[in-house]
Amino acid sequence: MAGNLALNSRTGGKEKEALFPIVDAKLLAASVKQFKVAAPEIARKRKSGQFVVLRTHEEGERIPLTIADADPAAGTITLIFQEVGKSTMQLGKLKAGDSILDLIGPLGRPTHIEKFGTVVCIGGGIGIAPVYPIAKGMREAGNKVISIIGARTKDLLILEEEMTRVSHVLKVSTDDGSYGFHGFVSDILQDIIDEGNPIHLVVAIGPVPMMRVVCNVTRSRNLKTVVSLNPIMVDATGMCGACRVSVGGRTRFVCVDGPEFDGHEVNFAELVKRQRAYLDQEQQATKMFLHPEGACMGGKS
Amino acid sequence: MTEPTEKKKKTQIPRTPMPEQEPKVRARNFAEVPFGYNPELAKLEASRCLQCKKPACVAGCPVSIDIPGFIGLILQEDFRGAARKLKEMNSLPAVCGRVCPQEDQCEKVCILGKKGEPVAIGRLERFAADLEQKQGEFILPPMAPPTGKKVAVVGSGPAGLTLAGDLIKKGHKVTVFEALHKAGGVLVYGIPEFRLPKDIVQAEVEYLERLGVEVRCDMVVGQIFTVDELMANGHDAVFLGTGAGLPTFMNIPGENLNGVYSANEYLTRSNLMKAYLFPQYDTPIALGKKVAVLGGGNVAMDSARTALRLGADEVYIVYRRSKKELPARMEEVHHAEEEGIKFHFLTLPVEILGKDDGWVCGMKCQKMELGEPDESGRRRPIPIPGSEFVLEVDMVVVAIGTGANPLIPSTTPDLKTNKWGYIIADPETGATSKKGVYAGGDIVTGSATVILAMGAGRKAGDAIHKYLTG
Repeated sequence: MAGNLALNSRTGGKEKEALFPIVDAKLLAASVKQFKVAAPEIARKRKSGQFVVLRTHEEGERIPLTIADADPAAGTITLIFQEVGKSTMQLGKLKAGDSILDLIGPLGRPTHIEKFGTVVCIGGGIGIAPVYPIAKGMREAGNKVISIIGARTKDLLILEEEMTRVSHVLKVSTDDGSYGFHGFVSDILQDIIDEGNPIHLVVAIGPVPMMRVVCNVTRSRNLKTVVSLNPIMVDATGMCGACRVSVGGRTRFVCVDGPEFDGHEVNFAELVKRQRAYLDQEQQATKMFLHPEGACMGGKS
Repeated sequence: MTEPTEKKKKTQIPRTPMPEQEPKVRARNFAEVPFGYNPELAKLEASRCLQCKKPACVAGCPVSIDIPGFIGLILQEDFRGAARKLKEMNSLPAVCGRVCPQEDQCEKVCILGKKGEPVAIGRLERFAADLEQKQGEFILPPMAPPTGKKVAVVGSGPAGLTLAGDLIKKGHKVTVFEALHKAGGVLVYGIPEFRLPKDIVQAEVEYLERLGVEVRCDMVVGQIFTVDELMANGHDAVFLGTGAGLPTFMNIPGENLNGVYSANEYLTRSNLMKAYLFPQYDTPIALGKKVAVLGGGNVAMDSARTALRLGADEVYIVYRRSKKELPARMEEVHHAEEEGIKFHFLTLPVEILGKDDGWVCGMKCQKMELGEPDESGRRRPIPIPGSEFVLEVDMVVVAIGTGANPLIPSTTPDLKTNKWGYIIADPETGATSKKGVYAGGDIVTGSATVILAMGAGRKAGDAIHKYLTG
């Protein structure tokens, strides 16, 4: 430990009051949590589709998370995340009254929102969180919003009530049939298309396989489809290029050129490989976090 | 007269070497390479200074440090006085003593260098600044009475910190906005620990805070506030010192494979996020065993030496011109060679090869020869037909330079940029096309050095002071 610094340990002398308090925390589904965080400047400025980067502690990673909602009057933003590895598990340990060390945003380009006509908003799993503010924005812009949300199983489905509120039509699916339609969100989309409803835009956010299948469905009908990507990021301000993806054969940075792109142009196969770049280290870190006493790496606590 | 003999005696003392870690040892750790002078060595080196009446070294310094003045104080053992003398002109002496290219500036014009070796000005600067930091008792400089004017500084790198230090002393209120979670810009995310310990940077930033500079981290100007909003929020002037933070890639096939990094990403992971301490720190970094670093500048040397310290067996610098054209400081090249970095000169990567799992397994290269000079005056490399070969590597770091990050220009409509996206600013004042908005450092010039950015910060600070008080 570098204990030789008598003053506050953070350069740029972050004072206590500059931290970001969690004003409300709740469990939405197994391992899925929702925080309302006091961040008045971000709450005032953010637009649908934008994200933040946060850090929970000095040794921590920079974690990108979509801003699911914001209340400029209350000065809060809503973050929803799934505990999948060490960093999100550490975040999940925080409770109402705790503070987030660093919160940077808003980042990325906002969703292009205008009156298109009928917009289908599709959210899969934790992807429902980023799709919610877009559906809300599309509705406010005068679109007819048809939403399709899905999860592996009923217990993992989130934001059904909120999505109902912002959608003219809401359809739900679960992979195991425990709730709603038994199947995938892409099956429901296919049905809606087959029924001959006019659709002007599809927005799909979720695991890469889901977005890829949705794009395959819409490609044949030439339906414009926007996807929001979540590659690995570091600074998230365009400085490092960790989040580069191939879109239409060109390399783009998701953090500043995105996070939303034309789904028909995205090289999903490359994205999947890049998302898995640190799988070994992530598993090692998670294991050590869950079983600290069994850790054998350098004898660190 | 005793003076001539005295002078002669001085010129006969050899330049005092600075003790440093053995190459084999340091190539495997992240501790700083040189140990620095102790008081005896510093006094010995200080005794070589001729105390010229018209010192060329001062003119050679972009921030005009009183070099004979501070060296004279070291000789008198007034080490704190020496540090104070440095800080009259330079807010970051511990940084500059380490990373300035003194061989091209003050030391280049030192009169002793005409016949022998120049005074080791950089090493002496480092000595005095470090000693003051270690003692932890800073004597604050004289401060002008408050002017009531507010200045926003965007970016906390060398340009912004220098300007912040200058303007706070002149009585203005200064707030620095930094996008990352730590202040220091390239000093924190770019330059590795073994060349510039982060505690040193932190201490320099804390010194500015003690002078009254407010540093706000985690603020991405262009997103959270636009430049216009900063002006509307009561700032009387804005300085843009955002750096050239957009990585350049080669645009060759295979660049999006896993194990291919921009130097910015590789160094940011290691330096800012401390991935070299994984898993104690949470951010991971790929541990290449055979690493190719593309480019020949200081950033390439930093990346190569970082890879070595992260356990690589072989590290290659791949550069399309010859050793003579390397843009890196010779000292850095020398350090890299000593540590066992191998150089492939006159070699151009044409494709990065990957395995099915998406990871790098090799790099196809082409040998080059030097032809006629190009517009930069350097001889243009030309491919030799049929000379392709494959370099077996499992990691590639692209260190061929950076471009301008478009975030601020794209959100500031009346801010003029050139065709590469750099902000157009008066080289003497930093004034941009927008009233009250100044710029300096890499965002104006493209990738340059720490001290040139500091010089630009100094000039813009002077101009802003005039603008606010004139």
